[in-house]
Amino acid sequence: MSLFLIVALPFLGALLPGLMNQAGRDACSGVTFMVSLAAFIGLLTNLPSVLAGEVVTVGIDWMPLLGLNFTLMLDGLGFFFAFLILGIGLLIIAYARHYLSRDDNMGEFFTYLLLFQGAMVGIVLSDNILLLLVFWELTSLSSFLLIGYWKHLPEGRQGARMALAVTGMGGLAMIGGMLILGQIVGSYELSVILQHRDLIQADPLYVPALLLILLGAFTKSAQFPFHFWLPHAMAAPTPVSAYLHSATMVKAGIFLMARMWPVLSGTPEWFVLVTGAGLITMVLGAVIALFKHDLKSVLAFSTVSHLGLITMLLGTGTAFGAFAAVFHILNHATFKAALFMSAGIIDHETHTRDIRRLGGLRHLMPITAVIMTIAALSMAGVPLLNGFLSKEMMLEESTQTVMFNTWWLVPALATLAALFSAGYSFRLIAHTFFGPKRDDYPAAPHDPGFGLWGPPAFLVVLVVTIGVAPFLVEDFVKIVTASVLGTTAELPHAYIKIWHGLVPALYMSLAAVGGGVILVIMHSVLQKIWDATPRPEAKVIFDATISSFVSLARSLILPLHNGAFSRYAAIAAVTIIGAGYFAWITGVQGAATRAPQAATPVALAGWAMLVAATFGLVFLHRNRLLALIMMGIVGLMVSVGFVYFSAPDLAMTQFTVEAVTIILLLLALNFMPNRSPVESTVLHRVRDAFVAVAGGFGAMAMAWHYLLRDAVATPISEFHLANSYKGGGGTNVVNVILVDFRGFDTYGEIIVLGIAALLIYALTETLLNGPVRARLLNRVPDQPRAGGMHPMMMVVLTRVIMPVVLMVGFYIFMRGHNEPGGGFIAGLIVSIAVVMQYMASGFSWASSRLRYPYHGVIGAGVLLAGLTGIGSWFVNKPFLTTDFTYVRIPPFEKFELATAAIFDLGVLLAVVGAVMLTLESFSRLARTAHTKDSVHPMDIDPSRQASTEEGA
Amino acid sequence: MSAATELMNFALITAFIVVAISQMLSMVRLFIGPTTGDRILALDTMVVNAIGLIVLLGMWQGTRMYFEPALLVAMLGFVSTVAYARFVLRGDIIE
Repeated sequence: MSLFLIVALPFLGALLPGLMNQAGRDACSGVTFMVSLAAFIGLLTNLPSVLAGEVVTVGIDWMPLLGLNFTLMLDGLGFFFAFLILGIGLLIIAYARHYLSRDDNMGEFFTYLLLFQGAMVGIVLSDNILLLLVFWELTSLSSFLLIGYWKHLPEGRQGARMALAVTGMGGLAMIGGMLILGQIVGSYELSVILQHRDLIQADPLYVPALLLILLGAFTKSAQFPFHFWLPHAMAAPTPVSAYLHSATMVKAGIFLMARMWPVLSGTPEWFVLVTGAGLITMVLGAVIALFKHDLKSVLAFSTVSHLGLITMLLGTGTAFGAFAAVFHILNHATFKAALFMSAGIIDHETHTRDIRRLGGLRHLMPITAVIMTIAALSMAGVPLLNGFLSKEMMLEESTQTVMFNTWWLVPALATLAALFSAGYSFRLIAHTFFGPKRDDYPAAPHDPGFGLWGPPAFLVVLVVTIGVAPFLVEDFVKIVTASVLGTTAELPHAYIKIWHGLVPALYMSLAAVGGGVILVIMHSVLQKIWDATPRPEAKVIFDATISSFVSLARSLILPLHNGAFSRYAAIAAVTIIGAGYFAWITGVQGAATRAPQAATPVALAGWAMLVAATFGLVFLHRNRLLALIMMGIVGLMVSVGFVYFSAPDLAMTQFTVEAVTIILLLLALNFMPNRSPVESTVLHRVRDAFVAVAGGFGAMAMAWHYLLRDAVATPISEFHLANSYKGGGGTNVVNVILVDFRGFDTYGEIIVLGIAALLIYALTETLLNGPVRARLLNRVPDQPRAGGMHPMMMVVLTRVIMPVVLMVGFYIFMRGHNEPGGGFIAGLIVSIAVVMQYMASGFSWASSRLRYPYHGVIGAGVLLAGLTGIGSWFVNKPFLTTDFTYVRIPPFEKFELATAAIFDLGVLLAVVGAVMLTLESFSRLARTAHTKDSVHPMDIDPSRQASTEEGA
Repeated sequence: MSAATELMNFALITAFIVVAISQMLSMVRLFIGPTTGDRILALDTMVVNAIGLIVLLGMWQGTRMYFEPALLVAMLGFVSTVAYARFVLRGDIIE
């Protein structure tokens, strides 16, 4: 199967669980399982080539100018991780089906899970590091959704936020590191970068790049000092923890270090940073895990510790270290996923995860006890289980590693970590399953059905198989190791063996297991000492850091952004004037290329009226209705001005927008007092006047400047004029720009328009459902109202004119491509035609005759425009390429058919929907309780009176 | 230049001046009021005069291009006037 499809399947499949949600829990989980299975099988079809040592690559150019290409590669390492992600994913899906209760929205859960799975597979298969970053961020986002899946739990939300903040910060740092790396090598393709070890390590920017990339890897893989988010992410449902913290999310950082190993490793900086952080994490995690009481917390800290172990191995920079690291990744994924799932079973059956309330479960839950005991023994490093093998290799590697010229430092710390690791593993078994049976479990524990214990049991079988017969996986592990090493180092000649002979690693291992037993026996004493020792609490520090950032941000932003519009406007105006002035005094001014036109008396009169209306607005603005009327003059005179300057399109748009705006503002004014009160001091107003006058003069100066010369040598308008008919098939350049040259912009704009209208609808709807509703319903007008809600004259007039207006709208739409007009203006005309009916015949009369909701009209418009754009893909053209042809149907003249017209129809529908939805939302607010909805369109209707008289 | 063209030019210039003056006078009425009704009526008269200006411009420049803007203003200009009037009378323009 193509690599594209393997990555795309989980993303495409993420649509399915939501759709299947209504079909039942089995169908929902079944379809998710099938999606993952398809991707998994697709991955396996590539196994032969991977085993043969080939690297499978596919790629298409995405944004080649930025170096961002959609290139994927599958080598041993990528296959290994993708295998873990998809394989363990399958088990998790099967487990989650039985774990989630009926109250949980399963479709939502599996959608997030598949999104996450796709993002993870994307990371491990990416060849382009920029693409890898995209998937990296996607895992942060989707894991945020998964960790916070139980939205009703505050711990869940806080844990999700913390994970997002930490891993997101790391991701940001990594972007910087990757960009530096790409700059050094001159390519963003991993396959190229991995060939340039010497170039990268000799570059002065190597250390910054290394630091930034490691920051990303360490935050993701919870390495000290960023380990604290992982335990808090345990508030997630157990399947999420099992998936994220055994095989996927936290392994992404490890994967990255392994991927970059050939070019970044082997330097002293790498060794100190990576091995150092790994050692600290390993010991710290293991020690804390011993003293935690929550089963999942123990496992969380043990995960931290094991991730430290793998990091430490990668840090050594030797081939054997990488070999051991790869093997331990495999082993850790198997036993840790099994452990998490078993912990989930215990939580599910006993309703507690507190280890102090458990004990004696071996009699009550024998199956779970066996599974969890084997997995935990593997984690402890007991022989004949897979954990033992990789732990031995780790200890052996540690004896070869000398840090800070002290031969015993690394082995001692490694043994200490292994000792505590054995300790908490034994405690997990002893305190959960052994000891006397209790009678105070929160729920009666018993073994669950196969659905819950099957997946961990499968993993435990693997744990034992690998532990007993490591040669089965040895070749595979070596292939993976070879792709980690690249061309940098020779594959080690070691074999994975159970018995190495009497080597130091064996004694260290024995010491660790023996010490672990002693730790469990002494646990109650140690716990008392631990509880009495003061320790820094990560969450408190994190919260304090975040809140200090928040207050810093507030102190910067609030002075600028205090909620007063006049302040924003003043700041923006002063900034723009300042920037403009700076540009003016530092720039070079070209000679004027055009002479000013002579001003005719009529034009001067129009100008004088505009100025007068503006002054009027400034002085009369406290009376809100008068201010609106003044704005009406400005709008009208500007429309005439557009005509004067030969821009009939603009004039029509301006005028129709003006009409709609006035209706909208009048609807809003209904809820406001007639006069706006004086709230500012004289000094404020003088200051604002200065800013306003300066801004006005600035705008005037700029207009004057550009009216006399072109900004660039050949203005863009010349291109548009030359290509409008030739390329777009229309003679109206304005319309061709809107639907063709800048069609993508227009498409974005109608979407924004639609979103704005929907937001207005949502806001007014919220108002109507809130406490304001009562006040709105019982509003009494501040002055007496004239009688006659729906005068007959107006009803008759608007009905007569309606078809005429619609016809004009149709006409304006049809001619748009060649002469002034188009979908936007036509949409406004149609809206005004409909609004007239609302105004004349009343809200309830008009809305009861509404066949399609306005939301749907907006959606249809956007969809139509989008489909027109997509249509050009089918003829192998880029999105929104237009085509046109000429048709002649006798006896009419020949006319033109363009795909742009369908796009324009989409614009029309979106405009009608958005305008009408906005107006309707506002007018819904105005319904009061005491005016009853009119049934009839006219208050006085002679025909109705006649008929009632007849009836009487 | 023929006599007819000259006459046409004279007529157009006169019309321009007359419409412009009436536009300005409407605006004066709009400013002095005194009632809101007067102001709304003045705005409506300004809309009518604006149609006149647009049509005259089209004739002056010898183009049919400005016919549709004039048509739109004529057809829809009354809507805002009605909206103002309804606002003054009823407060709520869609009820």
